[in-house]
Amino acid sequence: MSASAVRIRNLVRTFTLKGVLNGVDLDIAPGEFVALLGRSGSGKSTLLRALAGIDHEAEGTGEIALPERSAVIFQDARLLPWMRVLDNVVLGHSGAAARVRAEEALAEVGLAGRERSWPHQLSGGEQQRVALARALVREPALLLADEPFGALDALTRIQMHGLLRRLSERHDPAILLVTHDIDEAILLADRIVMLDGGLLSADIAVRLPVGGVARTEAIEGLRARLRLLLGVSSEPA
Amino acid sequence: MNAHSGEILPAPLVLAPVRPRRPLGPGTPNRNGHLLGPGLLLLYWAILSVTGWLDPRTLPAPWTAITAAADLLREGRLQTNLAVSAARAASGLLVGGAAGVMLAFLSGLSLLGGYVIDGIVQLKRGIPILALIPFMILWFGIGEPMKVAVIAVAAFFPIYIQTHSALRAIDLRYVELAETLGLNRRQFLARIIIPGALPGFMLGLRFGATAAWLALVVVEQLNATSGIGYMVTLARNYAQTDVMLVGLVVYALLGFGTDSAIRLGERRLLTWRRTLGA
Repeated sequence: MSASAVRIRNLVRTFTLKGVLNGVDLDIAPGEFVALLGRSGSGKSTLLRALAGIDHEAEGTGEIALPERSAVIFQDARLLPWMRVLDNVVLGHSGAAARVRAEEALAEVGLAGRERSWPHQLSGGEQQRVALARALVREPALLLADEPFGALDALTRIQMHGLLRRLSERHDPAILLVTHDIDEAILLADRIVMLDGGLLSADIAVRLPVGGVARTEAIEGLRARLRLLLGVSSEPA
Repeated sequence: MNAHSGEILPAPLVLAPVRPRRPLGPGTPNRNGHLLGPGLLLLYWAILSVTGWLDPRTLPAPWTAITAAADLLREGRLQTNLAVSAARAASGLLVGGAAGVMLAFLSGLSLLGGYVIDGIVQLKRGIPILALIPFMILWFGIGEPMKVAVIAVAAFFPIYIQTHSALRAIDLRYVELAETLGLNRRQFLARIIIPGALPGFMLGLRFGATAAWLALVVVEQLNATSGIGYMVTLARNYAQTDVMLVGLVVYALLGFGTDSAIRLGERRLLTWRRTLGA
């Protein structure tokens, strides 16, 4: 049995819309929360789409081993507008047991009582929580998230960070979170990997002291390091 | 103050109650506002009839239509002819609609189907339906099958075209979602494709129903022995302008009634849509 939840070997993707991959190797342990950072066009989304199996347009080679059950969260909540919230969560499953599980998942993301709402009646943050419930109900061993909070306002994003962290602790799937937000990566992930020009350019374990000044300093240091790696100056221009 | 000093003093601030700016938009709509135009037309028509400026042989007074309709109802001619016409239009709409939906799915969901079917349909679209009638008579005779066929062809096109374009417009992001959720072909069809194409189909159905009534009027004047069109043609031969008028009003009510019924169904089926007109 493999010790990794995800194993990627020499993944190459060419002729993609969003950036190429030039041979990526990556392992993710079961229950590990990995944030994938990179500038636009670095191939982050290409990698995620390859893992999600929806990169039909791309050409490439390489090997991928994935857990049987995986779920994807997109940047947009991608709820079907013609289905009520509960049906969106159940989608793909049927039966009374599935509906009960979906209700539980909705309660977990704080949307109990909104089962009968239409997606357009929810705020952007609530829609993204429904998407999270739809992913959870599948009990994934791997959760792929493509900038899931990128379209949300700053306050909602903070709430979603807390929610995702709680849920990842409770359900413990391996998570690959694609983001361009350095702070989000530091806050959430156990490990930060970085793509640059289609290659993995950094692989940093996030180990922060539990609290106090030491923690703040550690976060500052890590943030500066990641900015340097991304080629973003920390000084105002 | 010296007027020649050239000094400009700031205007003193005066408090005044806030008056809302006059809106530039058309204002709040009235629910029954669209009845105003037809109402005015009716009034104009009535005035012309009462004053005698309108010769009843040209166009009878509006109330003549009502009395004529009452007479026709008493004789039973209106009901029987209406039933025949409605059955014709309904069967044509059913046949044309079923064909339209089936072919739209074939050409919208498979590449090969699209290449084969859509090209033919677009080509045929250029031919007016009335120009097909001579061929229809040749193929189906002059009886009932020809009439239903003409109505079916007329109803087919809007239903096919609207359904097809709705299918083609289904968001690729939903297809991706279906793939990541592991939906099978049947679930994909039932949960994403059919609901996604439904608004387009309903729009096509509305156009198709209008087209069916239009075709009905034409075919009922060709060698028909029953139906509203036949009633009107017969009345024309005897110069019964009041009966002709009744026929016209019935067509108008049928068209309007069908459209309203379909729109009602649309609102029921598409409650999830939040549109301005709903």
